[in-house]
Amino acid sequence: MKKTGKLFSFITFLFALFFLYGISFAIDAKTDTIKLGVAGAHSGDLASYGIPTIHAAKLVIDKINAKGGILGKKVELLVEDDVCKPEVAGNTATKLISDGASVVVGHICSGATKAALGFYKEAGVIAMSPSATNPDLTLSGNYPNFFRTIAHDAVQAQLQVQFAIENLNVKKVAVLHDKGDYGKGAAVLAKKYFIQKGVEVVLFEGVTPGAVDYSAIVTKVRHKNPDLVVWGGYHPEASKIVTLMRKKRIKTFFMGADGIKDNSFIKVTGKYAEGVYATGPRDVSKNSLNILAKKEHQKAYGSDPGTFFYAGYAATLALLNGIEKAGSTNYDAIVKALRTEYVETPLGKIRFDKNGDATGIGFSVYKVENNVFLEQKIKK
Amino acid sequence: MDFDFLTYLFFGGLTRGSIYALIALGYTMVYGIVELINFAHGEIYMIGAFTGLIISSVLTMLGLPILAIVVLSALTAIIYSCAYGYTMEKIAYKPLRDSNAPRLSALISAIGMSLFLQNYVLLAQTSDFLPFPNFIPDFEFWEPYAHILTSPELVILITTVIVMICLTILIKFTKIGKAMRATSQDKVMAVLMGVNINRVISITFIVGSATAAIGGILIACHIGQINFYMGFTAGIKAFVAAVLGGIGSIPGAVLGSFVLGLTESFFAGYFSSDYEDVFAFLFLVLILIFRPSGILGRAETKKV
Repeated sequence: MKKTGKLFSFITFLFALFFLYGISFAIDAKTDTIKLGVAGAHSGDLASYGIPTIHAAKLVIDKINAKGGILGKKVELLVEDDVCKPEVAGNTATKLISDGASVVVGHICSGATKAALGFYKEAGVIAMSPSATNPDLTLSGNYPNFFRTIAHDAVQAQLQVQFAIENLNVKKVAVLHDKGDYGKGAAVLAKKYFIQKGVEVVLFEGVTPGAVDYSAIVTKVRHKNPDLVVWGGYHPEASKIVTLMRKKRIKTFFMGADGIKDNSFIKVTGKYAEGVYATGPRDVSKNSLNILAKKEHQKAYGSDPGTFFYAGYAATLALLNGIEKAGSTNYDAIVKALRTEYVETPLGKIRFDKNGDATGIGFSVYKVENNVFLEQKIKK
Repeated sequence: MDFDFLTYLFFGGLTRGSIYALIALGYTMVYGIVELINFAHGEIYMIGAFTGLIISSVLTMLGLPILAIVVLSALTAIIYSCAYGYTMEKIAYKPLRDSNAPRLSALISAIGMSLFLQNYVLLAQTSDFLPFPNFIPDFEFWEPYAHILTSPELVILITTVIVMICLTILIKFTKIGKAMRATSQDKVMAVLMGVNINRVISITFIVGSATAAIGGILIACHIGQINFYMGFTAGIKAFVAAVLGGIGSIPGAVLGSFVLGLTESFFAGYFSSDYEDVFAFLFLVLILIFRPSGILGRAETKKV
C-alpha cells in the first residue's frame, strides 16, 4: 500500500512538472516578438558548416534589436539542430513552427533542407538556406517558400567543367560521389556538363560514406587513369580518398565543390591537401559590409568566421529586410518583398528571382596552397 | 594492364581484409570464451585511437623523439583500452552473468554500452574529424612497391598475422589458455576443477581490448583521421567477417575478414562500388545458407 502511495505521488509530481512546462510555453507564445529560426547541423560531423550561421544570425539580430527592432518589435532567435540528417530535419522544422517562427535561416545540408521544406510550406513559413545547393530545391518549383543566398550546384558544376577544360586541360575525368542528395546531385551535373563539352567521363561511381577503406575505388581510378577526379560530397570522405590516392602515389588532379571548401578539410588532410581544387562562394572580402561583419565576428567570438557565415549573415539580413518592407509577417507579403526589394548584404546587393535563387551571387575556383584555399583565375 | 589491375585489387582487398581482421579477432575471441557478442568492441577500438592521438599530441609538445612517441602512445592506448574493456565487463556483463540473465539481455547491455561510449567520447572530446599523425613513416626499402601497398598497409597486414599467431598460441598452449577453453566448454565444471572463471573472463576481455587498441592505432594511421563514430561501421563489418569465418574461431575470423575484404574489393573493381555493401552481404547470406556456422565454425549439437 505504501509503495502504491509513493508511486502515485511521483506520478502526480510528473504531471505537475509537465503542466508547468505547458504554461510557460503558452506565456512564451504571447510575447510580441518576430521569431527567426536558425536550423542546420549544429553538432555532429558537419557542425562546422552550421554553427557559423548561428553566429551570423545572432550578430545581425543583436544589431537590429539594439536599434529598436523592426516594425516596433524585437526579433527573437530560435535555434534548432538537425545534425544534417533528413530524418531529424522534419522534427526540427516542426519544433520551429510550433515555437512560432515566421522565417527560418536554414537548413544547411540539401537532404535535410528538402525534408524540412514540406513542413514549412504547409505552415506558411519562409526558409532561406545559406548553403543548400541542390538545384531541384529551387528549380523544381515545388517550394515557393524556399530561398537561398548561395548559387546552386548547376552553376558550380558548370564552373568546375570550365575550369577543368580551360586551366587543367583535362581530356578524361572520373566522377565520384557519396550517394547522398548533395553529393550525387553535384556529381550527376558535373558528368552531364563534361559530356556536353566533349570530355570523356571514364568513371562514375558512388562510395559508401564512413567506410574504413577506399582502396578499391582508388585502384579503379588508377586503372582508368583519368586526368582529374571530381568529387561530389563532403570533406570527411574526400579527405580519406585524397590521402589514399597520394599515399598510393597517384598524382591525378582532385577537385571538389563547396562541400570540401572548408578549413576542416585542410586540417584533417594535412600535407595531402596541397594542390586540391574546390569551388566555393566567390571571395567578397572587399565588400564593406563583409569587412564589418568579419569585425563583428572577431569581436564577439575572438576568431575569424567559418564557412557560410557571410551567406548566413546575408540570409538573416534579407529575411528581416523582407519583413520590414512587407510591413508584417504575412507570408505573401514577405515573399513579394524578397522578390522585388534589393538588400545590401556582405555578398553584395542581392534580390531573389522567381525560383528563389539570389541574383548576383557566384562561385570561384580555389586551390589549396600552403594550407589555405587560394582563389584561382580562369584562363580565357 | 589487366593483370596489374587484378593485382592491385587483390592487395586492396587483402588490406581491407586485414583491417577487418584486426577488429574481428577481439570479437571472435570474446565470443569464443563467453558466448557474448560484445558490440562495444568497436568503441574500444575507437577509444584506443583517441588515446593514441591524445598521448602522441602531448608527447610531441614535450619534444620527444618520434620512436619514443610511437611506442609510448601505443602502450598507453593499449593499457587504457584494456582498462576500459575490464571495467566494461565488470559493469555491464558480470552482473547479468551472475544473475543468470538470458543471453538477449547481455546483448542489449552490450548495445547500450556501445552507445554510451560513443556519446561519451562525442561529449568529452569532439564531434569533429581529427587528423591522426602518421606513426608509420614511408619505408625506403618499400618505395618500389608503395604504389601497390603503402607502408601502413604493410604494417597492418603483418600485425594481423602476428596477432593471430599470438592469440592461437595463447589459447592453445598456455595455462590461462587452457582455463579459457575450459570456461568456454562448461562454466560449472570449470569452477569445480578450480578455474577462477571470473578472472579468466576478465583476462579475455583485456586481451580482446588490447587487440582492438592495436587495430585502432594502426587503422587510424592508415586512414589519417578519426572521429567518435569510427568504431561503429568498422565494428559492424568486423562482426560480419567474424560470423562469416565462424564466430568463436581465431583463424576463422582472419579467413572471414580476408574473404569479405577480397569480395568487396573485386566486386567494386569489376562491377561498381555503388553496390559494394549490397553484394558483400548477399555473399554473406549465401555462405551462411551452405555453412550455417561460418566457414571454419563448428556445428554445435545442443544437449537438451
